[in-house]
Amino acid sequence: MVTEKQIWAYLEEVFDPEVPVLTVVDLGVVQKVELKDDGCKIVITPTYSGCPAMKRIEDDIHEKLAEKGIEKVEVELVLSPAWTTDWITEIGKKKLKEYGIAPPEDEVDKSVLFADPTVVPCPKCDSRNTKLISQFGSTACKAHYQCNDCLEPFDYFKCLR
Amino acid sequence: MNALFEYLIRLGDDSLIIGHRLSEWCGHGPVLEEDIAMTNLSLDFIGQTASLLKYAGEVEGKGRTEDDLAYLRCDREYKNILLVEQPNGDFGMTMMRQFLFDAYRKLLFERLVNAKDETIAAIAEKSLKETKYHFKHSSEWIIRLGDGTEESNRRVQDSLDTLWRYTSELFYTDAVDAELIAAGTIPSMEGLEEDWEKSVGEVLSEATLTIPTNNWKQEGGRKGMHSEHLGYILAELQYMQRAYPGLEW
Repeated sequence: MVTEKQIWAYLEEVFDPEVPVLTVVDLGVVQKVELKDDGCKIVITPTYSGCPAMKRIEDDIHEKLAEKGIEKVEVELVLSPAWTTDWITEIGKKKLKEYGIAPPEDEVDKSVLFADPTVVPCPKCDSRNTKLISQFGSTACKAHYQCNDCLEPFDYFKCLR
Repeated sequence: MNALFEYLIRLGDDSLIIGHRLSEWCGHGPVLEEDIAMTNLSLDFIGQTASLLKYAGEVEGKGRTEDDLAYLRCDREYKNILLVEQPNGDFGMTMMRQFLFDAYRKLLFERLVNAKDETIAAIAEKSLKETKYHFKHSSEWIIRLGDGTEESNRRVQDSLDTLWRYTSELFYTDAVDAELIAAGTIPSMEGLEEDWEKSVGEVLSEATLTIPTNNWKQEGGRKGMHSEHLGYILAELQYMQRAYPGLEW
């Protein structure tokens, strides 16, 4: 009989299709794992409403668990509580940086219009002398920055709270 | 008429149509970054639409999915406000339309997170986070363009003058809202219009733009009475499902 802990370990082998360095557990989209009589139920939550990766993540979870011999898997999508970047694990944040994506910084409320801009350190050289290029980047969850010192253009995983 | 279904359709159609309008910028943005920004915004709106229309289908109980509702309703069955279907115009016009709508949508979701209906509250909670960012983005552009060059100021002022007539419909209410508020399904929307005027006023003043004094207003979308633009949007949006019913990929 498979345990809940084992299922969590299996989910560590399912990667985010858009940021393949992160597992779905690192990303914090897995809310709950429930054991059922002859299978399990996995509760996931989207990062953004229109995140096109959700269907793929759902399919990948089914595929991975089937590979591990768990055939009866139900994946449920919930919207509340709404995902926040605070749920990205510390390991996840470290992996992001190593991959060249700046992890989310502690940001002021997004609705504050005239606040000082957030400082996003460069993931390559750690310089704090960087500039925002675009509030939107390669995927819904990222913004685009550039380092003024080493000139590296990089993605920033936007803080979402 | 099922008030909850009608209410969800209204909110879902607003985000579907403005999301579609934004998607029309794909490959045409003035700079690459804004091309990407507008399609990102579009994606958020289409995602919110999927949640709202999916729930509308469940509430209706006739087995219609979010896709059925988006692709197989006629223009008169669409209940979005007229503002969101207005043509993109230049980039300034698109940002002005976005700004006026984002300010409203943000304040609306701030109220709906307290809805007693748990699904509406959950959709609002999810969408609010995105909407705050959208509002910041469009506000910054309005300030930059309004307080920019003589030409950029003239263009966004013209856009504001053109779109202002469609803003009263943001606060349109009828028996649908009244029934849901009375039943406690959604919270009271008292003060929504005043909060919007304040929020919009702050940014427009920073942008050195003038709020039009002409108070003539045009409404109709909530009743299914649209401008000529909606038909063309639906012709494009629904083409595949109309030409090849049930098509999937």
